[in-house]
Amino acid sequence: MLRTLTLSTALALGLGSGAAMAAGEGHVEDFAFPFEGPFGSYDQMQLQRGLQIYTEVCSACHGLKHVAFRTLSDEGGPALPEDQMRAYAEFYEVYDATLFDGEGDFRPATPADHFPASSLAIAPDLSLMAKARAGFHGPYGTGLSQLINGMGGPEYIASLLNGYAEEPDCALEGEPMEGYYNTVFTAGGYPDACKDENGAHTVPGSWIAMAQPLYGDDVDFADGHSTELHSEAQDVAAFLMWTAEPKLVARKQAGLTGVIFLTVLAVLLYLTNKRLWAPHKNKRKD
Amino acid sequence: MAGIPHDHYEPKSGGEKWLHSRLPVVGLMYDTLMIPTPKNLNWMWIWGIVLTFTLVMQIITGIVLVMHYTPHVDMAFASVEHIMRNVNGGHMIRYFHMNGASLFFVAVYLHIFRGLYYGSYKAPREVTWIIGMLIFLMMMGTAFMGYVLPWGQMSFHGTAVITGLFGAIPFVGDSIQTWLLGASAVGQPALNRFFSLHYLLPFVILGLVIVHIWAFHTTGNNNPTGVEVRRSSKEDAAKDTLPFWPYFVIKDLFALAIILAVFMAIVGFMPNYLGHPDNYIPANPLATPSHIVPEWYFLPFYAILRAFTADVWVVMFANWISFGIIDAKFFGVLAMFGSIAVMAVAPWLDTSSVRSGRYRPMFKWWFALLVVDFVVLMWAGAMPAEPPYSTISLIASTYWFAYFLVILPLLGVIEKPLAQPATIEEDFNAHYGAQAHGGKATATPAE
Repeated sequence: MLRTLTLSTALALGLGSGAAMAAGEGHVEDFAFPFEGPFGSYDQMQLQRGLQIYTEVCSACHGLKHVAFRTLSDEGGPALPEDQMRAYAEFYEVYDATLFDGEGDFRPATPADHFPASSLAIAPDLSLMAKARAGFHGPYGTGLSQLINGMGGPEYIASLLNGYAEEPDCALEGEPMEGYYNTVFTAGGYPDACKDENGAHTVPGSWIAMAQPLYGDDVDFADGHSTELHSEAQDVAAFLMWTAEPKLVARKQAGLTGVIFLTVLAVLLYLTNKRLWAPHKNKRKD
Repeated sequence: MAGIPHDHYEPKSGGEKWLHSRLPVVGLMYDTLMIPTPKNLNWMWIWGIVLTFTLVMQIITGIVLVMHYTPHVDMAFASVEHIMRNVNGGHMIRYFHMNGASLFFVAVYLHIFRGLYYGSYKAPREVTWIIGMLIFLMMMGTAFMGYVLPWGQMSFHGTAVITGLFGAIPFVGDSIQTWLLGASAVGQPALNRFFSLHYLLPFVILGLVIVHIWAFHTTGNNNPTGVEVRRSSKEDAAKDTLPFWPYFVIKDLFALAIILAVFMAIVGFMPNYLGHPDNYIPANPLATPSHIVPEWYFLPFYAILRAFTADVWVVMFANWISFGIIDAKFFGVLAMFGSIAVMAVAPWLDTSSVRSGRYRPMFKWWFALLVVDFVVLMWAGAMPAEPPYSTISLIASTYWFAYFLVILPLLGVIEKPLAQPATIEEDFNAHYGAQAHGGKATATPAE
């Protein structure tokens, strides 16, 4: 009975949560990120490249209001040297209500300040975007693959940045669609002309308000790393995973320590328990 | 504690006697910890300790979280991010608390189904059962209100849906909903009161847990045979039982360590597995998520809530007989609360004189079906309310009620139970053989 119950609960858990997230999404490519799996950690150089792309491209419209500049120097993150981090912060201007005898004014940012919020009203804040989207739900809708692959948030972002395509022919009939066709984004507008008689979509994705932000060769990396679109998208997605979960590395280490410690404790308790009960139990008769 | 005869605490030194005659607190602790416990308890009897541990963990992590959290619609979301980013160890504390709720419900469901299978709810343990059901209800309320606090999209719109249920009550529904929310819609007043109650209810639960333990320490534990411990003499009782400390404490701690290792792996490696990505988007009243789903532990009851639509004949009949007062929405609410109510009155619905499912050949299968039914409901609750899921939900909900209202009363009459062992000792020895050292070993644990 114990086994039945435990199994069915595990099953229900998996089914429940997996199904809960199975709202229709476009095809998300499975990028290989270094922070996936129980032993994963961030690649410092990748985060720095992602920061550069964010700074030169994304930050024109988007914000990172939950991220403080000082955290750019944190171990396990981009780990910028402190002087570089200070210089980077000063590059931004923040509004300070205490200046000018309470009238308020802009001043260069300090490490304690946060990144500015989005400057464009319809551009969402990106601080948590990599956790607010899920690209993977497998296997069989249980979502358990995230133990190895993560939830697919950064994959979703990278796929979306790679997902811009020519408008399909069906969309060229009738009124032009607002926005830009993206094969991965599914939450946007979709023309009736691209639906079949049952209302099912005949082309993947939908129309997104954001124009294609990355085309490849958008930045120059000091380390000479590839600036192909695919690689840029992956780097900036990794950076956004860090902004969403800056303590990921510490968390995974704590998890591993905890699992090892508790396993050893369980073995010791098992032996204690066995010895404790031994005088009251003979060998099984069966 | 009354019940099974056993040795009680005897103060020895002068200091002990002085305290004992004024406040017998040491005696209370001694008797609680040394309570004679049926020695044949199996591994399904560990969930009580897991639940107690989880309650304490939730209270401790919760108290720390409150030190850094701001219950304000404009600041709640950012304050949670503050905990995740700036508070020392805050990300671990918050993930413990968040996943701790899931651990709590895994354990409570296994605990409840254990009770249902082994007939732990039957006389004389009805009060223990009823208090347990109250704890379960309080847990659901507490978990629901806790989920509101991060003020993400799912928090906000989930609250709107659930409090909307109360709006379905005829005549007074709107007033009750407004009273619950403190306003006509979800907003600052709702956040403030949910925060207050989310802090208060765990202590009510703690109080109920103490009464729950008091109640079953009075009647004695049930056990896998459902046969009572012999109370004719201390010697007879000692043949059926072992003291809780150290035998069951060590056993339970072993199980707890394994469960916590799994829990730690989830917190460490996939802490958002049981959450919803939408809750990392700040609440926006103007943008409703396309698919609002409650947390996994509410899904079975959510499925029952949605199962009874207006085209089901029972709903139509209820509507007709009540002159239209009971509509489909209100019927769903009644069904949801009713599904817990029928479970709570199980002691009076089960007519069988045999306690444990182990000796009930027909009951076993109906019970197994109930477990499957629960899993199906959980799955159906996560699916959109459309065919074929709506039909599956309806069939599964019907079985839930049928099990308690029809099958349990009937089985007691038509079922021919198997022979039960005369004593717990007999059952224990059938598994492990008679004791090598006779009764002496009972008093001296292995070194």
